[in-house]
Amino acid sequence: MLRIAVPVASLLLLLAGVFYLQPRAMSYNGLNLLFNLAVPIALATIAQMLIMAVNDLDLSMGTFVSFVACVAATYLHDTPILGVLILSGAIVAYAAIGVIIYLRDLPSIVVTLGMSFVWGGLAVLILPAPGGTAPEWARAVMISKPPLVPMAIIASALLAVFAHLLIMRSSLGVLIRGVGGNQRSVQRAGWSIIAARASAYALAACFAVAAGICLVGLTTSADANIALRYTLLSIAGVILGGGEFTGGRISPIGAVIGALTLTLAGSFLSFLRISPDWQIGAQGAILILVLGVRLLLNRLESKGGVR
Amino acid sequence: MTCQRDPSRWQPGLFRPACLPCYRKIPMPSAILEVTDAAVRFGEVRALDGVSLAILPGECIGLVGHNGAGKSTIVSVINGGLTPQQGEIFSDGTRLAPYGIGVARSRGVRCVFQELSLCPNLSIIENTRIMHRTLGGFGWRARARRIIAASLDAVFPGHGIDVGDQVGVLSIAQRQMVEIAMAFSDAGQPPRLVILDEPTSSLDAGLATQLLAHVRRFVAGGGAVILISHMLNEILETASRIVVMKDGKIVAERGAGGFDHAGLVKAMGSVATHQTTARRSAGASHPVLDLPMTKGQPFRACKGEVVGLAGLGGHGQTRVLLALFDHHAPQWWPRRHPAVTFVAGDRRENGIFDRWSILKNMTIATLSDLSRRGLLQDGAETARGATWKTRIEIRTANMENPILSLSGGNQQKVLFARALSTRAPVVLMDDPMRGVDVGTKQEVYGIIRAEAEAGRTFVWYSTEMEEMQLCDRVYVFREGAIVAELTGDAISEHNILAASFEGTTA
Amino acid sequence: MKTLFAKPWIWSFIAAVSVWLATIGVTGGASTVGLSQAALTFAAFSVLVGIGQMFVITLGPGNIDLSVPATMTLAGTVALKYMDGQNGLILHGLIIAIVIGVGVGTLNYALIKALRIPPIIATLSMSFIVQSAAIWTNRGLRIKPPQVLADFTTSTSFGIPNIALVALLISVIAWVLLHRTPYGRWIMAIGQSLPAARMAGIAVDGNRFVTYLFCAILAAVCGYLLACFSGGAALNMGSEYLLMSIAVVVIGGTAVAGGDSNVPGIWGASLFMFLVVSMLNTYGVGAGVRLIMTGVIIFTVILLASGRTAAAR
Repeated sequence: MLRIAVPVASLLLLLAGVFYLQPRAMSYNGLNLLFNLAVPIALATIAQMLIMAVNDLDLSMGTFVSFVACVAATYLHDTPILGVLILSGAIVAYAAIGVIIYLRDLPSIVVTLGMSFVWGGLAVLILPAPGGTAPEWARAVMISKPPLVPMAIIASALLAVFAHLLIMRSSLGVLIRGVGGNQRSVQRAGWSIIAARASAYALAACFAVAAGICLVGLTTSADANIALRYTLLSIAGVILGGGEFTGGRISPIGAVIGALTLTLAGSFLSFLRISPDWQIGAQGAILILVLGVRLLLNRLESKGGVR
Repeated sequence: MTCQRDPSRWQPGLFRPACLPCYRKIPMPSAILEVTDAAVRFGEVRALDGVSLAILPGECIGLVGHNGAGKSTIVSVINGGLTPQQGEIFSDGTRLAPYGIGVARSRGVRCVFQELSLCPNLSIIENTRIMHRTLGGFGWRARARRIIAASLDAVFPGHGIDVGDQVGVLSIAQRQMVEIAMAFSDAGQPPRLVILDEPTSSLDAGLATQLLAHVRRFVAGGGAVILISHMLNEILETASRIVVMKDGKIVAERGAGGFDHAGLVKAMGSVATHQTTARRSAGASHPVLDLPMTKGQPFRACKGEVVGLAGLGGHGQTRVLLALFDHHAPQWWPRRHPAVTFVAGDRRENGIFDRWSILKNMTIATLSDLSRRGLLQDGAETARGATWKTRIEIRTANMENPILSLSGGNQQKVLFARALSTRAPVVLMDDPMRGVDVGTKQEVYGIIRAEAEAGRTFVWYSTEMEEMQLCDRVYVFREGAIVAELTGDAISEHNILAASFEGTTA
Repeated sequence: MKTLFAKPWIWSFIAAVSVWLATIGVTGGASTVGLSQAALTFAAFSVLVGIGQMFVITLGPGNIDLSVPATMTLAGTVALKYMDGQNGLILHGLIIAIVIGVGVGTLNYALIKALRIPPIIATLSMSFIVQSAAIWTNRGLRIKPPQVLADFTTSTSFGIPNIALVALLISVIAWVLLHRTPYGRWIMAIGQSLPAARMAGIAVDGNRFVTYLFCAILAAVCGYLLACFSGGAALNMGSEYLLMSIAVVVIGGTAVAGGDSNVPGIWGASLFMFLVVSMLNTYGVGAGVRLIMTGVIIFTVILLASGRTAAAR
């Protein structure tokens, strides 16, 4: 319970702060503006969370999302079939990387670091200069204005529910988290660890592909560096949302909330009239603060728990 | 009368030779699982040396023997986790040629290990899903809940565990209960042979009684159980056949009535211990080490004393050793005169540095002594290595060889040399003789004695009864507390076991 | 000769020399001296941050310092601002850079220790803050480095770039630290097995702290030199060194899992990385292919290295 309480509390606190500083944000358009960019970040955060569920870490998330954005703004727009093929190939490649990391017992940090060069290079090859056009359907979805609740909020809520069902309720989700929790006993129960890890990586790639397409839908065009920040943001989002680096302890709803919190932090700081110079730094400070609070709460909990 | 069956001449499915009281002269019903002439070697050590064992429906086999007798190895062979270098496995009269975990499970073999085999981050229901591969499909949660709750209710009526809880938040006893219930649970593939490895070690008396009652019910219903326990009473009361192992062989095998407590202890055999020096009386000198405990007696050790920590595994002995170590070990600044030094039993985890040579492994704790003006002195290091190589007889041609080229026993000697070459007056030992051959053990016992004579203090945790009998004083642990202190002739297997199990009134 | 080929670092040198020859082959030997000097200069910067990162990676799985680029930028910016182009303040500037390194390193380990979070997230959070501090101080005019220092960093002695000589000196110190002092043994022990190191009585916290400190100081000094070399501090001057610092460690034959490091390999790998880029430039290959090649090289090296350790076991 505590695991989800801290992220929710931090989000509400920030939201209250934003509304206090800028009451106009408390409107349909205001909320949409505040959370618009959160959707692709939330998708990337879910992707990162899936990798962290099997005790790995993906340092190529940002370049991969950039790569997808470039494909979406070029091939997916011009020749949809080729675009779909390329993206499917990328998902297969992700699954393969997950399998190689497991089979050769490689450090995921370094392998994905190497892969980040590859994705970055491919993105540059596809779009040497900023440009391209977003597929109309992606654009249409991202700028649609459903009644009452802004698109960004609906999309985030849907994502949270979907990811929760997939990862916390389905058999596959249980298997993936089980691999993170106690790989040996999952193996002893007769499951294929290779298949489990491959599905975790492939699922992550699917979410990352969605993130790239959403991002292009928002920005209408792409460039090879469009989402480099996502590597660090996605890791931070998972952690903010109550996830842990090891042991398969993750929370999809928390991860979405973490992504929203990070996006909101930027707006909050600008409303506070903190110089934009310190925006990144404040995100770091918030991360440290939340981790500190969580450590404190964990200590209190374990003190109460041990008789 | 010992069973003299010759496994090599006997074929599965044939009539068993008459051998009362092992078997009545009846046609042998086909065994749920049968291992013939299995042998397993780990490097130099023969963990299993031609063992044949048939498990029939409706019997509970009590498997006893000292640590290292081969009990857990035969269990690993039966559950498919370990492929023996020699020997065959049959089930229901047919030979299972490629045998592994999957085949074992499909034959209804289930195992409760001593280590945690659940995923702590998942709920009990989700763990049930992991354990039963066939449980999938829509609505699996409801089915899994039913299955595991039914099994828990059957084994431990009134257990009070919420199956929606995460395993990580359960107490050790509750986890053990869930593990056991998981093994007995039936999701379309009923369990036929359940292996219980020290199942009662973290259960209280009431729960243990419930479990053993369930084992009898299960066996009466045509299932089979292999029960491994240090508590011989449990074995004598529950098992229908008792198999005694020693040095990787089955040394005795009789029906339940064939043994009494004393007979069983005798059959298990004890390694002859040579008490070279008389134990000194406790408290002769002032304590060099003490640790207040949250409950039970406090811990203390005197100069030149060998203090044993006994009791069943995992009842707080290692935690006390670590607390003693953490309290005195350097954190931020290296010390030339350490207060304590540590000999790990789990060499792979806590002991050796596997990329290094024997020499580097040995000298790592004393580098400050081997350097001048901050720089390492190769000559001093080599000399130190040569001294200890002869003193403790490390069997290698060259101390520059990789540590992994040594046998387990010799690796352990390197760890002893590392600890003893420090200036620390206190040596903490965490079951250091695990997997060490008898010869090496005797050598090391001698060294420990000599060092204690010279004024060093040893705190020694061991699961081996014989080693406890080498100590001057023994603390017996149960549930994280010291429940008894034994000195001199009072240190005996009987007293230690009595204190380990019945020491608490709670 | 056989022992030479058994060294894990030899391959990075073989690769560097082959790429060097391939490049020279295309240009017909016209730019041999220029290419070699440029390679040594740019490799030197990678070597400086690579050595620091290598010490951190030596500490074992999960140990990595992501604050290297931010530290470089902050140190370069603040030092240039303080020196304000005056030759008399060169030493003061260096001291300021080192103080910044000490500060970042201390805070890094304080976070790791106090919040018990993995180093990767601690140094990441720290790098956010340091980066902001750099942006904040870097506002305004671009300040030129002191002339003497700018000349020093861009010129050569005996045909070898001064920067390369500095890097060589620091490499020798690093080699002595790693192989000839108890400290080096201790961190390699920690990298092989943290519990075993603790049980052997090694002061784990002290050693890890010093290592993070060392890495941050080297990054700061590198930032200081790089800012002077390129005629001023830029906000993105450190960015390429994040991946580079890790890549040269891996390619140099240091065990990624920790506990087995070597200094020479950093040189081979740094030269190799620069030469690959200039070779591909010579062949007229675009930035995209260059990046992909870099990624493929890192990937291949890790795969090969894992095969080697698997065979050794």
